Amino acid sequence: MSELTLKTIAELRDGFRSGEFTAREVAEAYNDAVASARTLNAYTVETPEDALAAADAADQARGSGEIGALAGIPLGIKDLFATRGVDSTAGSRILTGFKPPYESTVTANLRRAGAGMLGKLNMDEFAMGSSNETSAYGPVLSPWRRRGSNVGLTPGGSSGGSSAAVAAHIAAGATGTDTGGSIRQPAAFTGISGIKPTYGRCSRWGVVAFASSLDQAGPMAKTVRDCAILLEAMAGFDPKDSTSLDLPVPQWEANLSSDLRGKRVGIPKEYRIEGVPGDINALWDRGIEWLKDAGATPVEISLPHTKYALPTYYIIAPAEASSNLARYDGVRYGLRDTPEGGNLDAMYCATRADGFGAEVKRRIMIGTYVLSAGFYDAYFTKAQKVRALIKDDFRKAFEQCDVILTPTAPSAAFGIGETTDPLAMYLNDVFAVPASLAGLPAMSVPGGLDGQGLPLGLHLIGNELDEQTVLNAGLAIEERAGFSARPEKWW
Amino acid sequence: MPPSGLAAIRRRIMSVTNEQVRHIARLARIAMSDEELERLVPELNNILDWVEQLGEVNTDGVEPLTAVIDQKLRLRDDVVNDGNIRDDILLNAPEAQHGFFAVPKVIE
Repeated sequence: MSELTLKTIAELRDGFRSGEFTAREVAEAYNDAVASARTLNAYTVETPEDALAAADAADQARGSGEIGALAGIPLGIKDLFATRGVDSTAGSRILTGFKPPYESTVTANLRRAGAGMLGKLNMDEFAMGSSNETSAYGPVLSPWRRRGSNVGLTPGGSSGGSSAAVAAHIAAGATGTDTGGSIRQPAAFTGISGIKPTYGRCSRWGVVAFASSLDQAGPMAKTVRDCAILLEAMAGFDPKDSTSLDLPVPQWEANLSSDLRGKRVGIPKEYRIEGVPGDINALWDRGIEWLKDAGATPVEISLPHTKYALPTYYIIAPAEASSNLARYDGVRYGLRDTPEGGNLDAMYCATRADGFGAEVKRRIMIGTYVLSAGFYDAYFTKAQKVRALIKDDFRKAFEQCDVILTPTAPSAAFGIGETTDPLAMYLNDVFAVPASLAGLPAMSVPGGLDGQGLPLGLHLIGNELDEQTVLNAGLAIEERAGFSARPEKWW
Repeated sequence: MPPSGLAAIRRRIMSVTNEQVRHIARLARIAMSDEELERLVPELNNILDWVEQLGEVNTDGVEPLTAVIDQKLRLRDDVVNDGNIRDDILLNAPEAQHGFFAVPKVIE
């Protein structure tokens, strides 16, 4: 493993600018690392020439005064983002071979800032999953293992390729997307940081749609500072996304500060739930102490509708998904399966039967049911009303506090194949989903290891548009947790 | 608390049946074997039983959420800002003929 791949994005940026190393050296080190880590199944496509081209452009531009914020930084891109001329399949068989003739706004923004692409990252099919096991490419293996065990663990999901790649040092940083925890839970499982910004900060244009009222892109990286750097490059108003926020992008990195004096940290009593391992609640308590040490004042808050967030999510997200995924019809792109002598309708049914995996079918079925005649009000409208109450819980909470601290996930990483019940899998996102339903910025930062040597994350939820306080509290935790554990290389 | 619409409907139908699941699969245009349908019935019922707990929440007078972050939908000028990219659009078609998407017979 090259020393270059151990560096943070901030260190790579500064070292490249000062001439300590070239961007090409960085790209080559990463390309080698990617090629030597195929056992992890983190990448679905490798694009070493793309990373080298961006590096060469960065090396040529160096000293010209016109180098981008991410010049010479090689990134992994979740397969949910459309990348021009490169397979973009959302981890699904139904998009086999799809090479978009256009680039998503978020990846275009990253390229404009000078970043190169190492490849596309594996993920749960259409971002529906919490373990990467629903991918048509097979599961990603986490670089982490339980102490003294060689059982293959999940890197979380749906952004599992992203989390594994950053944790295994085969990407300096990665894009993720988060619909109900898909950046934060995998970040927690792999000992890295990840932030989902306020809904509307990052354009959804060119990001394969799952549940449009919830989907948000965000960065995953080694440190809080790296997340701030990446998010600044990814975010920004885009007229091509009707829900894009027409606001300037704040200078999140320049305004990073772990001085939390005057800040109140809300501790929601409803997040103390049964069945959560003692290690996780103990880490939560340590997190409170760390934020106190940084100058913040803890306050107990109540988010009374917390227990209804997951069932609300599992009406709204499948409903939106069933509608969004209607476009996969075998006509315009991707897979087509026509039974012998079959008509158009038979082609639709066969294509979708063949192209979608079991979890995606399950959610399309749930979504179709809750939107069908006679059930729409009882399920979908009811869920949107409860969602309004959940949003209102947060609005009231932020009258009493500036940021909320909770655990990220109710467990550490589990083994591939260990969780087979869909409902048990959904519970992974119990702490992550409420912030998604409310459109709020939220972040996971590593806090420590559990008794088996696996990373655990702490979760920070901020008020609308206040990514800065989330990042600052994340930085305060990062400085105090001193999390430096790395998975031992076995791959 | 008066019985919510959701609880009332769920009580009426009790649980989704094999026939209903077949109908949903039909609406969703997903071909399914009898074995697949049979496997899905209890799975969907488990999930629907679980989401039914929303019936406990009093939502009288609550407006359903429509925009998660308060914002107005923008209007843009009514002008063409894209186009003449037919070949790009057809690039990924499973079958394209004479500049069109080609599909199996629609009318018997």
